Amino acid sequence: MEEILLNKPGKKIILLGNEAIVRGGLEEGVNFVSTYPGTPASEIGNIFNQIAKKIGVYFEFSTNEKVALEAGIGASFAGLKTLVAMKNFGLNVALDSLLPFCYTGTKGPAVIVVADDPSCHSSAQSEENSRFIAETAHIPVLEPSDPQECKDFVRLGFQISEKYKIPVIVRTTTRVAHQKMPVKFDKITRPGNGVGKFVKEPKRFVTLPPRVLEQKKELLEKIEKIREFSEKSKINFQSDKKNALAQKFPMGIITSGISYLYVMEALKELNLSLPVLKLGFFYPLPEEKIKDFIKNFKKVLIVEELEPYLEREVERLAKDINPKLQIFGKTLLPETGELKPEQVILALAKFTGKKYKKLPITSYQLPKIKHLPRFCPGCPYWSVFAAVKKVAPKDTVFGGDIGCYMLAGTPAIAAQDYLSAMGSSVGIAHGIARTVKKQKTITFIGDSTFFHAGIPALINTVFNKSNPLIIILDNGTTAMTGHQPHPGTSVRTDSEYKFEWDQRDKSLLSPPLRSEEGDPSSLETKERPLQIEKIVAGCGVKNLKVVNSFDLKAIEKAVEEFLPKKETSVIIARGICALLRKHLPK
Amino acid sequence: MAEFNLIINGVGGQGLITLLRIISLASQKEGYDIKTSELHGLSQRGGSVEVHIRFGKKIYSPLVPQGKANLVISLELQESLNGLHYSSPKTHFLINQYKTPTFTKDLSEKEILGIVKKISKNLFLIPASEICQKELGSEVVAGIYLLGLAFSKKLLPLKSDSIISAIKKIIPEKYRELNLKAFELARQSFSSKNLGG
Repeated sequence: MEEILLNKPGKKIILLGNEAIVRGGLEEGVNFVSTYPGTPASEIGNIFNQIAKKIGVYFEFSTNEKVALEAGIGASFAGLKTLVAMKNFGLNVALDSLLPFCYTGTKGPAVIVVADDPSCHSSAQSEENSRFIAETAHIPVLEPSDPQECKDFVRLGFQISEKYKIPVIVRTTTRVAHQKMPVKFDKITRPGNGVGKFVKEPKRFVTLPPRVLEQKKELLEKIEKIREFSEKSKINFQSDKKNALAQKFPMGIITSGISYLYVMEALKELNLSLPVLKLGFFYPLPEEKIKDFIKNFKKVLIVEELEPYLEREVERLAKDINPKLQIFGKTLLPETGELKPEQVILALAKFTGKKYKKLPITSYQLPKIKHLPRFCPGCPYWSVFAAVKKVAPKDTVFGGDIGCYMLAGTPAIAAQDYLSAMGSSVGIAHGIARTVKKQKTITFIGDSTFFHAGIPALINTVFNKSNPLIIILDNGTTAMTGHQPHPGTSVRTDSEYKFEWDQRDKSLLSPPLRSEEGDPSSLETKERPLQIEKIVAGCGVKNLKVVNSFDLKAIEKAVEEFLPKKETSVIIARGICALLRKHLPK
Repeated sequence: MAEFNLIINGVGGQGLITLLRIISLASQKEGYDIKTSELHGLSQRGGSVEVHIRFGKKIYSPLVPQGKANLVISLELQESLNGLHYSSPKTHFLINQYKTPTFTKDLSEKEILGIVKKISKNLFLIPASEICQKELGSEVVAGIYLLGLAFSKKLLPLKSDSIISAIKKIIPEKYRELNLKAFELARQSFSSKNLGG
């Protein structure tokens, strides 16, 4: 990790896409970084968490992505260079604050990294394509293909933001964020003293009608200026200039992001030479450059993952310049799931009419093996789910939420009847509990997820009087994304974080279980400045118990006591994550 | 060598990403272009994991295209089947004789090897976890042991100096000796008795 701080221009170091994003920020002299962890963006926060103090950058894990973005907006308004990172679903959470940020524009430059996850390798709720945000928010979106471009595009994003006073999104996907290659280093810029100053400019920072409509007009004008920049930008380039200029080819390919690498691989595999237009800008698109590229073609292939955003744009532009152009894209490539190089090879073979020999492997029916992930040995969730399932009536509705405990949906546990977005288990449980008559509703929500989006929903169950049993699984960390701290863990840096655990009630750290139920307050972690039980009580919940996650009897008893209640009940099951326990000083 | 394509698969927690880091650093030392792909997140919790490592003169895709793997190293027996997608009759398989339950439908060793052999006869089954547990007191280094075997059998076109120096650079001091021993143990066992299946 120290390598990321090496100030040796010209040196090539193997970096993960997310590490290269951090490096890009450091080379631009970023001052202020905020995030909520989410794969495939998590490493960006993890690395800043480790190096921030050393290099003089402010870093925080915020309670959710909306708050992370708002922190970044504030820092930008105060003139600082700001980076905010999140996964695609985080962008949905942040959306409400993102649009006005595009209207007000930036003071200090701001880059927002958004990581999509085609094929849902680490995403439960949907196969989201964040490209939709470009047209909605009128925000420039850059799409790197590899770690080198991750670094370069973050830097370019800051430069565009600085010049045009607008936030810029750098959109990655799993195979970009978790790709490694040697990345060429440039000089690190020291971030200065990091002290901002808010200069009052109400015309700029206040979005209130009628000013907001003027701001929209200004924003659209800005985008047209950035489009001119995009037209000239080297990150929208033709891979094979000589051939393309000669216009010997009746066809070409337009692509961006990870798909560009598969296109180049496919051309090599098929021994083809075709003009390729590689777009680093997704928005605003260099329309003239695209028109110039397609104007003399008979046909063009658009290679992009998920929904056909580029394809539709090319269709629109072709109407103008080359109405007879045949446009291929989703007719040859899938709209669901990430692309694989072999799919692009086949699509390209079909597109060009080049014969491609079928691999011998494709004639076999190959069995697929899938090792299901499961709770780790020593995980506190094993006992919680076992106890709850033992005493809950058969037709109980079990709500799931986002975290390791999603594994309750695997056949071995089978205690998850619905699963949606962060924090939604509680909101949905309210709707179910308000509606069903005899069935009981029990939801599970993790500690970090509770802070992220569970609290407003909990208040709603109390305010609108429904009676789900909400079980908060408090393992003292954001486990699934790599053990990031959250407001219930009180501290921010890695070393302090570990220290905190060392100071805690030792009885919680190790099975065997406590035999007596004990006073719930004895399980309180007094060092925590934000105690979940106090928040829950403050929300007006009367039926509240804190239990040891390893104490099956206590959990069973609490569930039996609370299930008949007519009001909202909350059980906080507290027990440390097994992986975290392994790293604690003995 | 135009390019070398390697798939390593297993289950979360077997140290696949450490192996990826060692091999990519070793190939960088030898002047190759490199692309790799890995997955993070819930897959760590005992689920199927697969990493891709490609090195050569010029590499574009971080994913190994279908049928193009030169070598598949499987740290878990059943996972070797997931390597078949990337394989051809020329592909070599180095398989750890170590099995963890899938919690769906498990296949027997005989069934698995039968299927792999339909695609490629170049198959080596080695009880790497057992050997490492017995000889070094830790099965965690089974991956490094298999890396040592791949090198000794000339299935991986990298020099021992580059691999050893990459291990030294990447493995924290506390575990460095253990990992170097596992690599060395594989080389010795290869020269003393020609392991293989």
